[in-house]
Amino acid sequence: MDGNEKKTSSGWSRRTVIKGLAGLPIVGGALVGAAGVSQSAKKERESILKTLNINASPPPPVGSMSGDPIKIGIIGFGIRGEQLCRAAGFATNEWLENAREAVAKNPRNTRLKSFQEQEDLNIRITAVCDLFDIRAEIALASFGNNIKRYATYKELLDKGDVDGVIIATADHWHAPIAIAALEAGKHVYVEKPMTHNIAETYALREVAKNSSAVFAVGHQHRQTQSFLTAQDVIKKNILGHISLIQANTNRNSDNGAWQYHIHEKASPQTIDWQQFLGSAPKIPFNKEHFFRWRKWWAYGSGLSGDLMTHDYDRINCILEMGIPRYVTASGGIYTHRDGRNVPDVFQVNMEYPEFVTGALTEKTRGMTLMYSATLGNQHGRKTLLMGNDGTMELGNSLTIFADPRSERYKPTVRKYGIRPGDPIYSYNPASDQVDGITSATSKYFADKGLLWTYRDGKLVDSTFLHIKEWLSCIRNGGSPSCGIKEGFEEAITAHMAGLAYKIGRRVEWDPVKEEIITMPGEDPDQILLADTDNIYLGASFQGQGRETTLAL
Amino acid sequence: MKDNYSKGQLSALVILRLLIGWHFLYEGLIKLFNPSWTAKGYLIGSVGPFRHIFRFLGEDSMIGFVDFMNIAVLIVVGLGLVLGLWSRWASYIGIALLIMYYLAYPPLPGLEIPGPAEGSYLFVNKNLIEIFALAVLIKFPTEQYFGLELFFSQRLKKKPSI
Repeated sequence: MDGNEKKTSSGWSRRTVIKGLAGLPIVGGALVGAAGVSQSAKKERESILKTLNINASPPPPVGSMSGDPIKIGIIGFGIRGEQLCRAAGFATNEWLENAREAVAKNPRNTRLKSFQEQEDLNIRITAVCDLFDIRAEIALASFGNNIKRYATYKELLDKGDVDGVIIATADHWHAPIAIAALEAGKHVYVEKPMTHNIAETYALREVAKNSSAVFAVGHQHRQTQSFLTAQDVIKKNILGHISLIQANTNRNSDNGAWQYHIHEKASPQTIDWQQFLGSAPKIPFNKEHFFRWRKWWAYGSGLSGDLMTHDYDRINCILEMGIPRYVTASGGIYTHRDGRNVPDVFQVNMEYPEFVTGALTEKTRGMTLMYSATLGNQHGRKTLLMGNDGTMELGNSLTIFADPRSERYKPTVRKYGIRPGDPIYSYNPASDQVDGITSATSKYFADKGLLWTYRDGKLVDSTFLHIKEWLSCIRNGGSPSCGIKEGFEEAITAHMAGLAYKIGRRVEWDPVKEEIITMPGEDPDQILLADTDNIYLGASFQGQGRETTLAL
Repeated sequence: MKDNYSKGQLSALVILRLLIGWHFLYEGLIKLFNPSWTAKGYLIGSVGPFRHIFRFLGEDSMIGFVDFMNIAVLIVVGLGLVLGLWSRWASYIGIALLIMYYLAYPPLPGLEIPGPAEGSYLFVNKNLIEIFALAVLIKFPTEQYFGLELFFSQRLKKKPSI
């Protein structure tokens, strides 16, 4: 040190003190800087959230599950039937064994634990009806001593000791079984689409309206927390007038294209083929038709009834826009030319010329819901609700973007320097928790908010919640969030889309008469279910469709 | 030892120490002041040969402790470097933390780092450079000339030097 420097009282030179303590103001600077930045970010966030004031609507109310156990019959114990039973608390022995093996391999696998921790819904599965012996036997072996197998659904309804039934058959059996069950006074939980054709949609509505039994359609996403939050977004008019909605299906796997596994023990001896056919054209025994029924109009409903219904009801539960006035559709079989007659690329425009969200003005009225699907590509196109003030991305998370041209958000956007790509609101219950979602198809459903949701911060299977809601209505009264009104709207819309695709022209709904407007002499159901890809493409194509179907 | 550094060398080394110190300190404080901050997403998104370790650290049972330690270490290292107090130890700890950041998302060929890239890296990224910048600070210490350690080094001397 320089001997000439002045010393402080402690004996250090002033220069030493300055050099020694020079770091302190820098620390102070970092503290002030970090506190300031965090504070203004916090204020900004709070101020925007306060302006938007978005809260989740309360989940559908459920009452107590106590009392005598409710006795349930399962009709259709295939892939979905098994999932529904598991959601209701009954897993097959095979599933439990697989889940245990998965835990042994990877102790962090939560599948088994989530199932075991699931609340007991106080039900008994007392009856099963499945047309394939192997499936029915799995249910018998897994669900305890009190379960009986019935050869037909009629026998199950007549002789079975059941209070209600879960219907997870092929689509063409949904309505006949649901109608018979309601007429027998049994509660009904039926998978989507609610019906397979237009006529039975009216018939089922009539029976359900006049029945005291509880009727629910299996659109479990109505329990999803992000959709409940989205309902509030709409109620508070955050997006302004919504003029366009886009919803999509993008899948690119065998499973996603309904190429399900054909069981090695499938034969005319193990499958009740005649009963399976029901209303479908009488053709000889065909394993592929039995296991992959979603590929033919005779038993399934293609992209319109099978997958568009998910997207339609996701929007309908938020906007309650009901049946569209006009529907146009197009598409074709472009990736899976394997003998199927339902399209694998499908576009539907649903027009709501009178629909208004937000404040009614001279200028704003009307909306298009655009559904676009492919089974040949799985690029995740977002579901978007597009309003003149903002856009909402809808899935298991919610993201809202202010429209750069919105007068309403201009001050907020300017004040906080929000860039056009930055959301003004984001709801993401837990982006990283994807436990138990294994396949591409599952991921597709999960991202859409169709598989699981949150209650009190806990991950829950939405199907479990949906079945619980149905059971609660049986025990405590009330109406399910997806009942006959919502099911009717879903089914009619799906059939209008299928019909528009088949017929090649715009299909119109008469909201006063509550019927689809048809040409004189036209039988819409015949057209809808015809064994053709789409009839306007010409005779040669029709012929091809028929040949391939019969050749199988 | 001071005589070994020219004025320019000493200034450059001190500025480097302060810059790295600020970087650590500010990163720590900004996380401390944001109660909803968590490294969970970062850890769970880890890629490369060590991803399992980081994903484990991101699990619910671990994340509270990991977040606390991350913030504490960032602040302690930042203070050590800025204030010039036990700066060598701060540098060693800083290197350890940076090695973990480096391994969580190593810039290896064929490994896709998720999210928008702010630069192009192969083997060498900014974490690695900061690791070796800290190594330089360990080998070329400055705290006894500039920082709180100056007082310790002076106290050790029996008499003020002339």
